[in-house]
Amino acid sequence: MDKFETLTGVAAPLPMINVDTDMIIPKQFLKTIKRTGLGKSLFFEMRYDDAGKEIPDFILNRPAYRQAKVLIAGANFGCGSSREHAPWSILDFGIRCVIAPSFADIFYNNCFKNGILPIKLPQEVCDKLMKAAENGANATFTVDLAAQEIHAPDGEVVAFPVDSFRKHCLLNGLDDIGLTLVKKAKIDTYEQARKTAQPWV
Amino acid sequence: MTAPRTLFDKIWESHLVDRQDDGTCLIYIDRHLVHEVTSPQAFEGLALSGRTVYRPEQTLAVADHNVPTTDRSKGIADPESRTQVETLEANGRAFGVRVFSMDDVRQGVVHIVGPEQGFTLPGMTIVCGDSHTSTHGAFGSLAFGIGTSEVEHVLATQTLVQAPAKNMRVLVNGNLPQGTTAKDIVLKIISVLGTAGGTGYVIEYAGDAIRGLSMEGRMTVCNMSIEAGARAGLIAPDETTFAYVKGRPLAPKPADWEAAVAYWKTLHTDDGAHFDAEVVIDASEIVPQVTWGTSPEDVVAITGSVPDPKAEVDEGKAKAMQRSLDYMGLVAGQPMEEVKIDRVFIGSCTNGRIEDLRAAASVAKGRTIAASVKAMVVPGSGLVKQQAEAEGLHTVFLDAGFEWREPGCSMCLAMNADKLEPGERCASTSNRNFEGRQGRGGRTHLVSPEIAAASAITGYLTDVRKFLG
Ligand code: SF4
Repeated sequence: MDKFETLTGVAAPLPMINVDTDMIIPKQFLKTIKRTGLGKSLFFEMRYDDAGKEIPDFILNRPAYRQAKVLIAGANFGCGSSREHAPWSILDFGIRCVIAPSFADIFYNNCFKNGILPIKLPQEVCDKLMKAAENGANATFTVDLAAQEIHAPDGEVVAFPVDSFRKHCLLNGLDDIGLTLVKKAKIDTYEQARKTAQPWV
Repeated sequence: MTAPRTLFDKIWESHLVDRQDDGTCLIYIDRHLVHEVTSPQAFEGLALSGRTVYRPEQTLAVADHNVPTTDRSKGIADPESRTQVETLEANGRAFGVRVFSMDDVRQGVVHIVGPEQGFTLPGMTIVCGDSHTSTHGAFGSLAFGIGTSEVEHVLATQTLVQAPAKNMRVLVNGNLPQGTTAKDIVLKIISVLGTAGGTGYVIEYAGDAIRGLSMEGRMTVCNMSIEAGARAGLIAPDETTFAYVKGRPLAPKPADWEAAVAYWKTLHTDDGAHFDAEVVIDASEIVPQVTWGTSPEDVVAITGSVPDPKAEVDEGKAKAMQRSLDYMGLVAGQPMEEVKIDRVFIGSCTNGRIEDLRAAASVAKGRTIAASVKAMVVPGSGLVKQQAEAEGLHTVFLDAGFEWREPGCSMCLAMNADKLEPGERCASTSNRNFEGRQGRGGRTHLVSPEIAAASAITGYLTDVRKFLG
């Protein structure tokens, strides 16, 4: 996993609530056995027409947002399935930070596992950032994870909360599995105790 | 004396391996279900880092999303689907994990297979790279969906890094009226909570209407917990649970049975335990339900009509409603029972079990589906199919004009060949009505198996109570 320290770029505004994982990446792209290459299919049904041509109006197809690094969306972003293809496609597109008033649990979790920073902010703050993001290529955002700050294009600084352990892992690009295996003795002790108490498990 | 605890607290605490100072917990995972769509990258990760599966015997794999529901003797036509299924089998061999292959009678939708085999037991932690893992909560086990990175984590360590959830109780009191099913209960709950109402919570379902449900009905309710945003659903185990589990292939051995049941009986919320949220619903007021939009919270009574976005005060919601109506090809005020359908899908991990098929068959028996409708029944597993055929249900369906298919996820998410054409409208017993879920441009109405069967017959969304004698 790549480290996440600071991120500077354009933010794409997607003012929709309940953006579900089927919208982020529809099922026909779940057939891959790889993690990469999904960026071109991100938001497929909103982004391309029936003939597979780009819909020029869709936010990520507009020239100003083709290189967006941040996505700002409505409440309950990422609801639906557990498919990690959703964060994979976002990452593969080049977006490493999603800002929304709220997220679905599994999606939120999955972001951290893939080096994406999901930021939860109050509705009115999101609305303000969304408005700023509408200025397209002239509106550059900087997300500073160590300081837990977003520097909005107008110079305003917005603080955001993030769980300290997750922040630590993201800043250092740490792999969860390696961290857990350090605790192998504890896992084995747990299993032994369990085996005696509940032999049917 | 310890403070009163919820069922969730009890299961959580009994699985704690480690707790960091910041509150992050390492919890032990008893059972890991694996399917072909969310696992290839996890196994690949293991292989790349030279890791093995920590407890292969606590892992069970089955392909369900991509499998064809028609004749399988020729294999899978779609090359990508075939690769995924073959990759699962190859990974099973390479890592020593049990796989139920496509030609195994035990193959089926992963959330139907687990309980059916007794792999799912009360008091356990169960995960799967699939959001509908919440189904298994019906046994009083903490069961939730995880992403592929977490699948890899569980494969490699048999544990997960998690923060505890908040507790919510949904009490469904009173008697369920005739014609109303477990599916209607859960659709009602979702319409009350909204698709994000359960976010951050584990929901315990309680109350006499829940107690009165069979195990299969309880699974239907827990299955859709995720549609209310909850990580998991839970129902305390009782005699109904024990009777269901007893004798299943992977249930506790006779020598351990008494001890297991004695333990399971401790798995209930103590009197006075704290819930962070509580919702009470009167079962006697629940009528058969149907969705009108593209979010599972878009629910109305089958006797109701399409709501009007203009009546919605929240601007964002009104916009989402209008978008839904445009997509669904519906207009505000239209009575639900006047909505004409093209397709019917009976199946999925929500409603693909034997009782669901019996319920649908009881409506279809001696009747014929409308000429304009294409309807299919997809049993949830090979064993469900076998049982249904032993009871002659397949003949009831075939005589009525339904197709009788092989087990799998099928048109629940349309990853195989079973899908809606653009603009086609379907009464479906599955769990998601998102845009494009059942095929690009397809329009889904979520209903109970009974309503699905009744709708197949009339060609319109139909209140099943018209068919009850
Ligand atoms: S039946 Fe549908 S919801 Fe259930 S596991 Fe399969 S695709 Fe997912």
